[in-house]
Amino acid sequence: MTSNQTRRSVMASGLAALGLAALPGTARALTKARARTLIDQVVGDINKVIASGKPLSRMIADFERIFTRYGDVPIIARSTLGADANRISGAQMRAYTEAFRGYIARKYGKRFNEFAGGKIEVKDVREVKSWHEVRSTAYLPGQSPFEVSFLVSDRSGQDKFFDMVIEGISLRLSERTEIGVMLDRRNGDIGALINDLKRAG
Amino acid sequence: MEYCLGGGFARMMGYVTHTATQDLDFTVHSTASPHRFRAIPALLLTAVMLVAGCATQDAAATRDVFDPYEGENRNMHEFNRGLDRVLVRPVSKGYTSVVPDDIETGVVRLAENLSLPADIVNNLLQLNMRGAIQDTARLVVNTTVGLGGVFDPASEMGMAAPTNTDFGQTLHVWGVREGAYIELPVLGPSTTRRTFGHFFDLFTNPLTYVFDSPENLIGTAAGVASGLSRRERFSETINQILYESEDSYALSRSIYLQNRRFQLGGTAGEGYTDPYEGTTGGDGAAATALEDPYDE
Repeated sequence: MTSNQTRRSVMASGLAALGLAALPGTARALTKARARTLIDQVVGDINKVIASGKPLSRMIADFERIFTRYGDVPIIARSTLGADANRISGAQMRAYTEAFRGYIARKYGKRFNEFAGGKIEVKDVREVKSWHEVRSTAYLPGQSPFEVSFLVSDRSGQDKFFDMVIEGISLRLSERTEIGVMLDRRNGDIGALINDLKRAG
Repeated sequence: MEYCLGGGFARMMGYVTHTATQDLDFTVHSTASPHRFRAIPALLLTAVMLVAGCATQDAAATRDVFDPYEGENRNMHEFNRGLDRVLVRPVSKGYTSVVPDDIETGVVRLAENLSLPADIVNNLLQLNMRGAIQDTARLVVNTTVGLGGVFDPASEMGMAAPTNTDFGQTLHVWGVREGAYIELPVLGPSTTRRTFGHFFDLFTNPLTYVFDSPENLIGTAAGVASGLSRRERFSETINQILYESEDSYALSRSIYLQNRRFQLGGTAGEGYTDPYEGTTGGDGAAATALEDPYDE
């Protein structure tokens, strides 16, 4: 609780201070330009995968690479566990994070063929609370364009995205629902969840 | 609350759409003959009062999931899933494989064009003059140059995207709360407010006053057909939600509410918390003590 209080007062003193507090002496606060640079790279890489016309398994592998390189997988994985994240061991958390990474890559990577012939364009950046939202538009053939936004933070020590939101639907929150149910159905057994996650998606 | 649930039933018979992530609920055209309901103002007033009543009752529902009818909703969800499995999914597969793509696209556009008059009325009710004007321009262009809406020159000319609004959104603009989550038969996920919107959209569509009985079914038929097209177009998404997830009810509820709130407000952020922060809840049912892993 004390650390929360500290956090809040740090927050109050502004984003710049926050960045410094989170990363003593290493980097300045995330700027719009940097958030945009990151997502320009992500979108560029995604567009390359879409245009490559590779077989699905290769696309999934490519997506996993993009997700790992530009996304903050540990925080996304952790947040999908909710409060349960606090009761599991470090080793379990690492195993879960690995299983989650593969699961997400398979589940979303296999949807890439629906993007065939399409492209994503970065539109703008705005600051929302303690993060930056980079909005982009996806243009798919024969379909109205739709919004894909990436939420970017540097609180991990690096500029990474921690969520991808398609037309308001957050990957992180949707997976939190899904993982929450999975864990409940396994009576909170994290080991069983990890094992099943390795095959799911 | 029974009344709150009743709104969508009148139109749901002729209307097959499902819970596509893209178009969780696009405005469609009324089915029941509306001519009996000329006394709109009085009815409108009564109903708005009823909505207000429902809204106060649901005052607890702020940003998170408010699902007091979960038991009934889950039963309805199973019904809808069965309906999709035995009817909607196979029929949409058949429809899209038999009908040539150009005709299919034409039908989708026609349905969209026929929904514009109701959208314009709703834009006016929301005092969204810009939207009303844009939709009107689109309607004029597509109805004339686009041969009744079978083609879409408006989009080709780069005109503004249609607002795709509905009376549920009008109620939102008027300050009515979202209410409870409700899963409707055939129509799928909804909320108390959106269900009321379905009911009122029977009256907001001017076309139902212009056309007589057989002609006014064109909109409905086109709506059903374009619903089938959507079911097939988004089939992987929908199948993933309905048949591959651990709990398709919980997932479709979450996805529907996120998308609906986005359509209405577009405010990413409200009710969404920084996962690095993890102090207060708000971004999910079980968002309690998620600690910032970078604290310490």
